[in-house]
Amino acid sequence: MADASKSDAFVEFERVQKSYDGETLVVKDLNLTMPKGEFLTMLGPSGSGKTTCLMMLAGFETATHGDIRLGGTSINNIPPHKRGIGMVFQNYALFPHMTIAENLSFPLEVRKLGKSEREAKVKRALDMVEMGSFGGRRPSQLSGGQQQRVALARALVFEPELVLMDEPLGALDKQLREKMQFEITRLAHDLGITVVYVTHDQTEALTMSDRVAVFNDGRIQQLAPPDQLYEEPSNSFVAQFIGENNTLEGTVKEISGGRALVQLDDGELITATPVNVSEAGQRTRVSIRPERVEYNKDRLQEGVHTLKAEVLEFIYMGDIFRTRLRVAGNDEFIIKTRNAPDQTRLQPGQQIEIGWLPEDCRALDA
Amino acid sequence: MSDMTQTGPVLAADGTPLKRSLARALRMQKMRALALIAPLLLFVLLTFILPIADMLFRSVENSIVTDTLPRTTVAVQAYDADSGEAPSEAMFDALAYDLVVAAERKEHTRVGSRLNYENAGISSIFRKAGRSMDDMGEIYLDQFVDLDKAWKEPETFVALFADPDWAAEAGGDDESRFAYSDTAAEVLPGATDAYAAWARTIQDQDGDSPTKEKPWAPIYMALYKDLVQNPDAPAAFGGDTAALLSAAVTAIQAPEWQTMSTREAFAEIDKDWLDPEVWRTIKTYSGKYTNGYFLNAADFQKGPNGPELRPELERIYGTLFLRTMIMSMAITVSCIVLGYPVAWILANLPSRTANVLMILVLLPFWTSLLVRTSAWKVMLQQQGVINDVLVWLGIVADDARLVMINNQFGTIVAMTHILLPFMILPMYSVMQTINPSYLRAAKSLGATNWTAFWRVYFPQSVPGIGAGSILVFILAIGYYITPELVGGTKGVFISNRIAFHISQSLNWGLAAALGTILLVVVLLLYWAYDKIVGIDNVKLG
Ligand SMILES: Nc1ncnc2c1ncn2[C@@H]1O[C@H](COP(=O)(O)OP(=O)(O)OP(=O)(O)O)[C@@H](O)[C@H]1O
Ligand SMILES: [Mg+2]
Repeated sequence: MADASKSDAFVEFERVQKSYDGETLVVKDLNLTMPKGEFLTMLGPSGSGKTTCLMMLAGFETATHGDIRLGGTSINNIPPHKRGIGMVFQNYALFPHMTIAENLSFPLEVRKLGKSEREAKVKRALDMVEMGSFGGRRPSQLSGGQQQRVALARALVFEPELVLMDEPLGALDKQLREKMQFEITRLAHDLGITVVYVTHDQTEALTMSDRVAVFNDGRIQQLAPPDQLYEEPSNSFVAQFIGENNTLEGTVKEISGGRALVQLDDGELITATPVNVSEAGQRTRVSIRPERVEYNKDRLQEGVHTLKAEVLEFIYMGDIFRTRLRVAGNDEFIIKTRNAPDQTRLQPGQQIEIGWLPEDCRALDA
Repeated sequence: MSDMTQTGPVLAADGTPLKRSLARALRMQKMRALALIAPLLLFVLLTFILPIADMLFRSVENSIVTDTLPRTTVAVQAYDADSGEAPSEAMFDALAYDLVVAAERKEHTRVGSRLNYENAGISSIFRKAGRSMDDMGEIYLDQFVDLDKAWKEPETFVALFADPDWAAEAGGDDESRFAYSDTAAEVLPGATDAYAAWARTIQDQDGDSPTKEKPWAPIYMALYKDLVQNPDAPAAFGGDTAALLSAAVTAIQAPEWQTMSTREAFAEIDKDWLDPEVWRTIKTYSGKYTNGYFLNAADFQKGPNGPELRPELERIYGTLFLRTMIMSMAITVSCIVLGYPVAWILANLPSRTANVLMILVLLPFWTSLLVRTSAWKVMLQQQGVINDVLVWLGIVADDARLVMINNQFGTIVAMTHILLPFMILPMYSVMQTINPSYLRAAKSLGATNWTAFWRVYFPQSVPGIGAGSILVFILAIGYYITPELVGGTKGVFISNRIAFHISQSLNWGLAAALGTILLVVVLLLYWAYDKIVGIDNVKLG
């Protein structure tokens, strides 16, 4: 990596490992570099170590090995209260014995700000999340969404450069969550803060972030912008985890010219883009997005491999049709088609031929 | 609130004021809640509230004096002890009639003890008098019998005093309660009263019948006195009775008839009976209710001019109350200081370790209170473990061993140890509910460990401290065994005094008054706590 980009880095994890019990590694060799102002989401299944990473960054857990740097200086030995990192907790952690205004004023008090300055900042922060008239209430007198906004305001009121959020929207209903997703991204953008956001809701991750780090088993499986993550998953875990995905298993026959010839387990041959297969004879999983599958012969490109398929189920979903097929012995092969005027509706039992572009078909690890 | 632009009361959907419909909705809830707690309420009422009410009543109740000495308390009303004049013959007569009944019912010692609380020494003169009551008026008995053998017969008296209807049925196995005749009550009031009292007493006490028993001597005395008063009495009767009475009247008026003075008789039993103070005491405590126990419990006594403070040396309860309060507070504070860190550690350990340690906290509950207290005796006494170690270490000279027991220090140490779990448990259960993310949040907001603890954790743990303190303080204030065993004279509590009055001096009224005062003090403190901290700020978990 060039020196220029290194000095650019605001948050850095370098070879960080973490173990709670001295037997298993919860975080294994984490390397991550974030520039200032980035909105990075950690996404992954439960227990994959997301919260642990956040806690190490906030200073509530110490890394067993490796170095965490903030603005170029190692923070391994800096206590949490000196790190100046704002944090929104999953359960909000609003202090129940203080009013909303007191909650917000707390970080300013410990920073020894004057009364009038405190009041001005508290008011500004509350207005920012549209909670201006609730300053005198206790947290227990607020709804979940309101508490969430207050928690956000409290994490921002002392103007930290880095804000960590651990599943802050987990407890909210869908509509409120979408509204808050928008609010949070807007605020982060307006204030120019760097955000590390944890979620296990992939839609949330894809819509909010500049980059998404997909965690599994204590490792970052892929770190990429949302579109790249979706369209070019770099291994079968990411492909499975992000969005809906069809997989066909087989063996690599040959690799040449950026194409891999894969023999599926029922003997059919297809071409795919090799991603992490390198030589003939390797087992592989071929992954194709449901909306990239074509069954209309006219739209199929010349020369692509097609496969025979039998329609098992047709589901009308309004904007799209979702059809379940049996392809190469896989009963769970899904295709999605837009509900367009010229689109034919498939009938169960119908025999069709399906195909796709080799770029959309990625040969991943088995 | 910004949306409250409306003025005037807010109305509910049906047009009633919102406040009222809310109150109605809440009332339904309250009724349901009440129904749910009704069984417990009943239980508590029967086993707790009623006994307390009984105790409150006992602290003012004083009917034993009027019940046992009904005639005396009436007779004594006219008496003024300050005038210096001697108690009158009539008062002694009344006392004699009362005492003879009381002695038969074995109640004279109890009334003696009751009056003894107020005037030491009365108990013994009552006891002596009770023993001699059988002979009181014997001189009259002898003379009546000498006059006519019929005066020895029970039937004579039945004919004289009893209601004819009662007499007609009397003598059977299920004899009804004695009823006197109105004629007798009118012309021979004193004698009828004395006879009726005797008749009922032997009926109640021994199941005997007045138709079969010979009357006691004092009845003859009463009859004599009535006949002196009313020589025309025989005219009211007929037959043999009239004849007997007429003969008696004649004999009484004869010069050789011998008389005696009841006062002299009592003076002979004990000359303290002539002391006006004895009679003043009887008069003072002749009401059905008294504030005497409370005055006593507050170190006051009844003087000639109303309540007055007792002499310096006799004041004990004020000091005891004060000591009980101060020491209970000291115990509560040391429980907080020792218990808080323990509760904190317990609440912050993984639950498996916490459970093991919790057993250690509860361990003291598994040993008897007496054993634990005795253990403290072994530890703290001058030849005890701690002193031995200190001497061995050379910190304390052998001839200057520390006095750590049989004083307030010993009581505080032992009781802190015993009551500590009551402090730790509520604190622990409150602290357990405090999410650790609050502390993390505080630190992430820039608070140091101490600020985070003091501003965020501590306020949330206050309900636990409050609950623990109330528990420990109220338990301490009523504690009795431990101060008794390790408190010596300087370290005993008011409850030891209450126990003493209940089991040894048998002055239950005073014990009840002391208990009532203690109860009121606790309620006052509770009220003050509510005002200062707020009772909704008490949480057991
Ligand atoms: N304090 C702890 N002591 C021991 N093990 C822990 C502790 N905290 C977390 N772990 C373990 O570390 C692993 C990662 O936990 P972490 O909380 O980081 O997961 P996560 O990705 O945040 O999951 P989720 O999405 O469910 O919040 C889990 O296996 C968990 O059991
Ligand atoms: Mg988590």
